[in-house]
Amino acid sequence: MDHLEDLRHSPYGRGDDNANVWLALGVGALLGAAGLAWYTQQSRRERARRPGDSAPGRTARQSRFGRYAVTGRTVTIAKPKDELYAFWRDFSNLPKFMENVLSVTTAGDVTRWEIAGPAGRSVHVETRVIEDRAGEQIAWRATESSQIDTEGKVMFRDAPGGRGTEVEAIVAYRPPAGELGRWIAKLFQREPAIQGRRELKRLKMLMETGEIATSELHKSAA
Amino acid sequence: MRALTWHGKHDVRVDTVDDPSIINPRDAIIEVTSTAICGSDLHLYDGVIPGMTSGDILGHEFMGRVVDTGPKSTLKKGDRVVVPFTISCGSCFFCQKQLYSACDNSNPVANQDITENLYGHSVSGLFGYSHLTGGYPGGQAEYVRVPFSDVGPIVIPDGMDDDTVLFLSDILPTGWMAAANCDIEEGDTVAVWGCGPVGLFAIQSALVMGAHQVIAIDHYPNRLALARKLGAKVIDYTQTHVLEALMEMSGGIGPDAVIDAVGMESHGFAPDNILDNIKQQVGFGADAGHALREALMAVRKGGRVSIPGVYGGFLDKFPLGALMEKGLQVRTGQTHVQKYIKELLKRIQDGELDTTFMISHRLPLEEAPRGYDNFANNQNDWTKVVLKPGTAGV
Ligand SMILES: [Zn+2]
Ligand SMILES: [Zn+2]
Repeated sequence: MDHLEDLRHSPYGRGDDNANVWLALGVGALLGAAGLAWYTQQSRRERARRPGDSAPGRTARQSRFGRYAVTGRTVTIAKPKDELYAFWRDFSNLPKFMENVLSVTTAGDVTRWEIAGPAGRSVHVETRVIEDRAGEQIAWRATESSQIDTEGKVMFRDAPGGRGTEVEAIVAYRPPAGELGRWIAKLFQREPAIQGRRELKRLKMLMETGEIATSELHKSAA
Repeated sequence: MRALTWHGKHDVRVDTVDDPSIINPRDAIIEVTSTAICGSDLHLYDGVIPGMTSGDILGHEFMGRVVDTGPKSTLKKGDRVVVPFTISCGSCFFCQKQLYSACDNSNPVANQDITENLYGHSVSGLFGYSHLTGGYPGGQAEYVRVPFSDVGPIVIPDGMDDDTVLFLSDILPTGWMAAANCDIEEGDTVAVWGCGPVGLFAIQSALVMGAHQVIAIDHYPNRLALARKLGAKVIDYTQTHVLEALMEMSGGIGPDAVIDAVGMESHGFAPDNILDNIKQQVGFGADAGHALREALMAVRKGGRVSIPGVYGGFLDKFPLGALMEKGLQVRTGQTHVQKYIKELLKRIQDGELDTTFMISHRLPLEEAPRGYDNFANNQNDWTKVVLKPGTAGV
């Protein structure tokens, strides 16, 4: 389950690294996978003959790497990276901008995420921080007992020209089997990029303006 | 409260709806004293803007009195304010560059998806202008919730009549920015398509900015008369070959700058990647972007093209060749109201700009549907309608 470690080279790797990254991601194996459209195969064969480009691996014309689905997004926030890092590192802040996350509690080195599910049910994800560099990066990985197998990381980099901080979040996950799996697939796979970008946009609003935009007429009764 | 609500093509009604209240810390609640029907409201009325829901409150040109404030608002209860139609946070990358109508933080995130897909980037929030721009309840109502009230609204000194300052909310800065986008130089001829309210303010602004002459193009006699009164020369396109006339009136050079103050009403959306249920609202007008094409043909080589007119989708047979081969510059966009509003208030106070000449009708809010009907169908005489909530009739 070192897929995100492998990915480390790709999402933010540059240029020539990418050829190796493609191999590391098991793209070759995917070629034989059932269900891939002819077009995808063709373009991948084509791509195999091409030098790598500078784009993050996750922006490739595929969203699964091996058994894992990967999504990520970058947003520039007009705040210093230390402030943004500190806000994120206090995981109890995350439900403020993550729509589906009901609560985040930390006990020892294990963080427990309660994620809203259908029909009032919720699913629990347990993660451990696997890397923590103040002001720069936080990475986490699911524990063995977590209901979802997932890894993620968020990186904070100074943006050019005094624009603040580039915040890049990337999440890889392997949907489990069964009913839970079908629900999670629905939650994440249908529009994973949309989920990710909405959450980062809410974070940006909260940090830059102190509030999250709404067009409601008044506070909802709930 | 009472509010003008949209229920479908050519179906607007004054309904009783919930009062707004403070939600976010920077909000204020405004009791509306004056609100106008805009030419761009007619795009909604005609059903050519997607992302409308039955019951949406229209209106983006409004002013009134502050009746409630959130803890982070800088307004005080009782302040008289004009509210920009663009909702802007004041602190994002775009607001810092004074590109207020490109604000990243005012359109609720779920509403950003459509324009992110349609345009490549999401657009900012606007009052009363479809769910593409946030689904914010508009100002043709007794009360409005105004987000970021510490950035947008401008406080109006007592003693200035509503009618003299109301248009700071949209059409005056929009006309002004349209002229500013022409980078007017000494000796310039500026041609303006459309003598609606924005076109008329663009004409007035271009003359204030020192244009040698402004030539206005329309076909409504009354609107052309208003343009002439401002000091413009006029062309009635039903009587005259516009391109020939513009060449002859500019010494065979062509206008140095052109302004399309007509917009999309003549072309509608192409429905490529718009949802199916939106497609049903899509209209395809007969004129098909004629004003913009003609403007691109008319403007001199190396000239400037300013587009304040509203477009939302795709335009067929766009004369890209004329654009490239003549080396034209195009500038457009929703108005950065907050950038211009203070300066324009001063120009009104100094008597430099006349802001009331185009108002043809003042109606109580309850008569708003009649205002829409006439503004849409009787354009010669109904040049600008101002609604007065809280009055029984004027
Ligand atoms: Zn308007
Ligand atoms: Zn902003």
